[in-house]
Amino acid sequence: MNKRDVLAIIFLTVVAVFLIYSAIMMHPFGVPDNSEMDDHIIDNTQTEVGADNGVTSVVFDYRGFDTLGEATVLFTAVAGVIMVFRRLKK
Amino acid sequence: MIYNIPYFAVIGLIIIGLYAVLFKRNLIKMVIGITLIESGVNLFLITLGYREGSTAPIYTLSPGGIMSMPVPQALTLTSIVIGVAVLALMLSFIIHIYRHYKTLDVGKIGGDEE
Amino acid sequence: MSGMSRIVKTMSNIIFPFVMIFGLYVIAHGHLTPGGGFQGGAVVASACAMILVAYGSVWTMKKIKEKQLSILESLGAIGFIGLAFLGLVFADKIFFDNFIMGPNGIGIIFNKSAEGLSNINTAGVLPLMNFAVGLKVIAGLFAIVLVMAYATVKVKEVE
Repeated sequence: MNKRDVLAIIFLTVVAVFLIYSAIMMHPFGVPDNSEMDDHIIDNTQTEVGADNGVTSVVFDYRGFDTLGEATVLFTAVAGVIMVFRRLKK
Repeated sequence: MIYNIPYFAVIGLIIIGLYAVLFKRNLIKMVIGITLIESGVNLFLITLGYREGSTAPIYTLSPGGIMSMPVPQALTLTSIVIGVAVLALMLSFIIHIYRHYKTLDVGKIGGDEE
Repeated sequence: MSGMSRIVKTMSNIIFPFVMIFGLYVIAHGHLTPGGGFQGGAVVASACAMILVAYGSVWTMKKIKEKQLSILESLGAIGFIGLAFLGLVFADKIFFDNFIMGPNGIGIIFNKSAEGLSNINTAGVLPLMNFAVGLKVIAGLFAIVLVMAYATVKVKEVE
């Protein structure tokens, strides 16, 4: 039980107390607070985008920049993995 | 307060993941702890967008009624893919470390420059 | 890693086309049913990983080099960015715009022609983006699994 273990236990207890306190004070499960943007998306997704799937129209049309960033992260991860296992042919 | 059970499941996942990262000496067990924390955060994102008695926000063959919010589900999709990418990179670094040091114990790698 | 017995190889030969066609169905119908580019790409990549486990990584690396998979993934990424840049040329001159189904879209006649009778909902540029992202995810995940499985083969000379 050296100093590092005692510090880790204190840190874990503080994080657990903060999380439990915030879970008690959150709004009840099933009644979201402000949902004007999602109501607009559900009502207008068949005329503006022309798709039946609400989630795909959010991923590719209303929030397309996040998909662009995610494609970049996937490409960087594949490039990193191939680069680690490269064999230099002399 | 009894209706906040999904939030307590999220807290359980995050605390177990934090315990595995802080108190274990093996590298693979630390990676499993990081994956547990990411699963807890994804579950928390999905439970934020639920309405009482609603169905999926898809119009094909839908049984009518109110629909749940589609934006948190889209954000969770992105988060899951990023978690997979980070996990692949961490595991390839562990294979490279094992080839060089011949051990997976955190206290014995690195540090000594002769 | 070496391959498995002859029964496993025969069964994975039979199952592989069915799983691949189901994965391509999930990618292509992304705007109508639950699914899309990322989910269908994960299904096809897991079918390819099943072939890798059944036949061994040395045999698979002889057939498919990782350079071809890297070219396929770059084609998917270029297709996705190209479709985003095409929004600057047509219709509203905005980057990343739905230039087929927007307010001044060029293909808006497809959805208006059968309104009320049988609602045809082909969602503009969305299926093309689904195909590009699906190809990128298939090639990327299969390349990760193949390179990591080939790297753990015990070589004769140890440096």
